[in-house]
Amino acid sequence: MIFIDLAVRNLRRHKVRSILATVGIVIGVVAIASLGIMGSSLSTLVGGMVSDVSDTVLVTPHLAASSGDPFDPRSALAASISTKNVGLIEKAAGEHRAVPMFVASARLRVRDTSGYATIYAVPAADIPFLIEREAGLYPQGRSSGVMVGSLLADEFDLHPGSRIEVGGESVRVLGIASERGMGIDINPDYAIIVTEDWYTERHGPQDYSRVIVKVSDLSAIEDVKAAIDQQINRRSEVVDILDSREILELYYETIDAINIFLLGIGGVSLLVASVSILNVMIISVTERTAEIGLMRSIGARKREVLRMFLYESLILGVVGSVVGGIISAVVAYYASASIGDLFADFSVSGEAGIPLSVVIGYVAFAMAFGIGTSVVAGFYPAWKAAQLNPIEALRYE
Amino acid sequence: MSGEPILRFAEVSKIYPLPAGDVVALDRVTLTVDPGEFIAVMGPSGSGKSTLLNLMGCLDVPTSGEIYLSGQEISQMSDDDLTRLRRDRIGFVFQQFNLIPLLSAVENVEFPLVLTAGREESRLRAIEVMRAVHLNDALFTHRPAELSGGEQQRVAIARALVNDPDLLLCDEPTGNLDSKTGSAIMEILAAENREGKTVVMVTHDPGVAAYARRTIRIVDGRVA
Repeated sequence: MIFIDLAVRNLRRHKVRSILATVGIVIGVVAIASLGIMGSSLSTLVGGMVSDVSDTVLVTPHLAASSGDPFDPRSALAASISTKNVGLIEKAAGEHRAVPMFVASARLRVRDTSGYATIYAVPAADIPFLIEREAGLYPQGRSSGVMVGSLLADEFDLHPGSRIEVGGESVRVLGIASERGMGIDINPDYAIIVTEDWYTERHGPQDYSRVIVKVSDLSAIEDVKAAIDQQINRRSEVVDILDSREILELYYETIDAINIFLLGIGGVSLLVASVSILNVMIISVTERTAEIGLMRSIGARKREVLRMFLYESLILGVVGSVVGGIISAVVAYYASASIGDLFADFSVSGEAGIPLSVVIGYVAFAMAFGIGTSVVAGFYPAWKAAQLNPIEALRYE
Repeated sequence: MSGEPILRFAEVSKIYPLPAGDVVALDRVTLTVDPGEFIAVMGPSGSGKSTLLNLMGCLDVPTSGEIYLSGQEISQMSDDDLTRLRRDRIGFVFQQFNLIPLLSAVENVEFPLVLTAGREESRLRAIEVMRAVHLNDALFTHRPAELSGGEQQRVAIARALVNDPDLLLCDEPTGNLDSKTGSAIMEILAAENREGKTVVMVTHDPGVAAYARRTIRIVDGRVA
């Protein structure tokens, strides 16, 4: 096709200009593809961290200001569920087991290292119900020993029998909890689990920070929630009741928002690239006005002139997108590896790798977007060229 | 219909609306061009010569009146149909040569043909026409910028002839050439006319007009 030849030759004639326009598309495609892949690797990682416990109803104290979002910083404000209300919750839960607990934090010291760790204080009888054991024993009644989460144990090389300092008091590690992943109810992997008695002995009787209801039958979730709501929230909002599905939805909504934001950034860079293509094409049409007039007067139709210029922007888009696609595949590989490193500590299974299909999907999407944007950007100048009056164009100097 | 004129203008007017007032470029022009004629169109600048040539070449449509190209009325035609007429039935030669700088000489010549036909047969036909206008084979692959004015104009004439048009329209074909080269170009046009090609040529050079067998004078948009 002579018009493809002409498009190629014109791009070659203005090498620097064409390369610069292509570089814009390359950057845009790389941005979209790699940010998209990063976003999806983030959600893969978080998805892996959130252990999918769908049988859980979480009852937390209601805060007037709270949105019910576990990520809302106001959720960290001190508030509690009274013993009386715990009784009501247990009653409402009926056959389903309700586990009240305190969640606090304490200064932790292992040999020379110190820091803070979360403490879950759970009635002794409920610990085996809630937490699986990797090694050692469950703490019993008033025993002074504690259980530690598996990642905490790994990090400090703790074993049943090791001694650690909790809140300044030296205690013995009785057992190690199995790795559980980030859950919506409790996150024991980096925490210390003690019996309720252990905690109240040292800090006095308290109101509970949350109640976890494990339903034996998933279809009962809505009924349990409604029953608790009936029992406690009759006059005013005393507690918030969430089930794991709702909380997972919140997680994924957040991740989706991040993904869209990342893709948006990529989109903006491609938009900038398309403006540069638009600019290059307008220049090209302007400087070739007389040539267009000639082609039209010796028999090139409007749509042929249109096509000739569309080929130019299409070629810029294809070359830029292919180069960008290759680069972003490489970038994505390293970027996701570094995200993997960043989250390696939290990652349950350690599977930070992104499936190849996701990489290909995003690269293909970015390339298609790059080509599409180039053609769209080239359309207006090409259309202008096609609409030129041959007589006037021919006379153009 | 062998007796039919190639071109017939019936009361053709062309008016350009301008903010300062309408400009009448052509005023009720009536004329015919018969097959095999060689016509020179002369007149002072601004007289409407170029407008006449544009209308003959289906580059423009009249404001009023009718134009028949081989019996076909063109003033109501769509842009695509007019373009097709220019491509298949009309050859243009311009004062500025107007070759496409990105194409070699032979590619310029075959351009109107490859719009409709295959590249290979277009190439053969282009070479044939280029030889007919005495272009050296060695120049075929040169870009226009590498050719002299006379060579460029020969390429342009070859391009105008490549589709074997009914009508060859020339706008000051020797205007940018020295007199010797200009004569050579005129000899080619005259030879084409002797072979039966109808030629209409705008010029203000009486020496060039002398090659034509009929002269149409345009003054103030009218045939004088």
